Amino acid sequence: MKYVLMYTSRPDLDEAVPAERQAEVYQQIFGWFEKYGATFVDSGAELQGAHTATTVKAPADGGGPVVVDGPFTEAKEMIGGFSIVDVPDLDAALAMAREWPALVFPGVAVEIRPIVDHGEM
Amino acid sequence: MSHSRDDADALLADTVRREASSVVAFLYRLTGDFDVAEEAVQEALVSALHSWRRDGLPDVPGAWLTTAAKHRAVDLLRRRARQRRLEGGLDAPLDSALDGPLDGPSWSDGLPGPADADDRVPMLFGCCHPALAVEARLALTLRAVVGLTTARIAAAFLVPEPTVAQRIVRAKRKIGSAGIPLAIPGPEELPARLDDVLTVVCLAYTAAFLDPSAAGQGGLAADAVWLAELVCATLPGEPEAWGLLGLLTLQQARARARFEADGSLVLLPDQDRSRWDHRAIASAERYLERAAVWRRPGRFQLHAAIAACHASAPTWAETDWLQILTLYDVLVRYDGSPVIRLNRAVALAEYAGPERALHEVDALADRLSGYHLLHATRAELLRRLGRTDEATAADREALRLATEPVDRDILSARLAAAQERSAADA
Repeated sequence: MKYVLMYTSRPDLDEAVPAERQAEVYQQIFGWFEKYGATFVDSGAELQGAHTATTVKAPADGGGPVVVDGPFTEAKEMIGGFSIVDVPDLDAALAMAREWPALVFPGVAVEIRPIVDHGEM
Repeated sequence: MSHSRDDADALLADTVRREASSVVAFLYRLTGDFDVAEEAVQEALVSALHSWRRDGLPDVPGAWLTTAAKHRAVDLLRRRARQRRLEGGLDAPLDSALDGPLDGPSWSDGLPGPADADDRVPMLFGCCHPALAVEARLALTLRAVVGLTTARIAAAFLVPEPTVAQRIVRAKRKIGSAGIPLAIPGPEELPARLDDVLTVVCLAYTAAFLDPSAAGQGGLAADAVWLAELVCATLPGEPEAWGLLGLLTLQQARARARFEADGSLVLLPDQDRSRWDHRAIASAERYLERAAVWRRPGRFQLHAAIAACHASAPTWAETDWLQILTLYDVLVRYDGSPVIRLNRAVALAEYAGPERALHEVDALADRLSGYHLLHATRAELLRRLGRTDEATAADREALRLATEPVDRDILSARLAAAQERSAADA
């Protein structure tokens, strides 16, 4: 089954982590991607910070789409990147996500979402 | 062949317990669709009850049920295939499921069962997966593994039936769409996942514990014990599974003494211990010995060891309170919840007197202020200390918070007795 792993964090909490420690975990993340290399359909992307986001929104009443500065949500949690994996089942995806190196930092989470398989519909 | 309605119902309950989850697992393997498998067995159960009441019991009820469920599954798949054709989709995978072994082996020749008994425990692990909410795990387990109806589950947990139905539908859908495996996890995940499974079984038992009716004691309580037995039989090397089976067996052994003939609750100190099932107690002790071999204690083994201390005491007064207190001290390392500390305080009162116990209970008051048993325990301790006015106030608070009828009856009786005493003193 194919899943998207969404790597999320709390930018406000990330700031408190010393740069040295961040670099260390970053290295571990490279190792993690290597370890699970075979499962990636698409290793995805690491995203620039939420302050770089621009959002196009449906208008509240009539008119065309509206362009807004900032991310689509006002939540404190931000998606920092994503990958697409192909693994046998949710447990396999969970096992990978549990080892996501950034989980040592407070506020970090990995969301796992199955992908709609249009071939089966 | 003529059988009463009760015979048909009793046999159905028995058959459901033994066969339903195997049939679900069997159909799931064939169709790859948990939703269809589960739905088909539910429909087969309904038609089984109907026709067994009318025509009497079949010779091999399990085979009858399997055949009926298989037909339902075929119907369901055809209905869905038709729907997909109408929507312009492909139905090749469904056809292959239909033409596959569904029409292959026949179970009507009295073979023991369509699937290995082991299939039920993998399904149990799927139903109790941490990706599902706890209420959903409980509802789905009782429906898919035990074979209870949605109405029965709703009644046991005092939840509206549509709420339970929705939980089950959502959980089944998530199992399919999120790829939750119906499988026993590998050794790394097993301890945590087994604890999830045992917790659900324990919650099912707890729901029946205070229900004096046959539905509670003979039905759901027995179903929970059966689930624990199933886990032990499949994973005999897991001491916590034996611990839970021991705990539930000990609770069941006391069931007869727990209620008066009129259904009112009898608390442990006041129970007639000659009415306990001493053979069941002996079995429970064997389960706990078995668990102890691995020297891997856990909360269920500790709860069971405490229950075993009570079970082996000739009277409440002659209970080995030091032993119980020591077991609680270990248990709080596994489960530091305030309810466990409250139970420990009850043992402390017997060992070290009500004053020290009251001190402990008061320390929990903030966290358990909404829990009727905190106030009921305080009341009992205050009464022993001769502080009767405070005791009455605490009992009143307990009565205000209690929701179970059996609890309310006991508290009302206590308050009435207190009033009589104060009238006599005046």
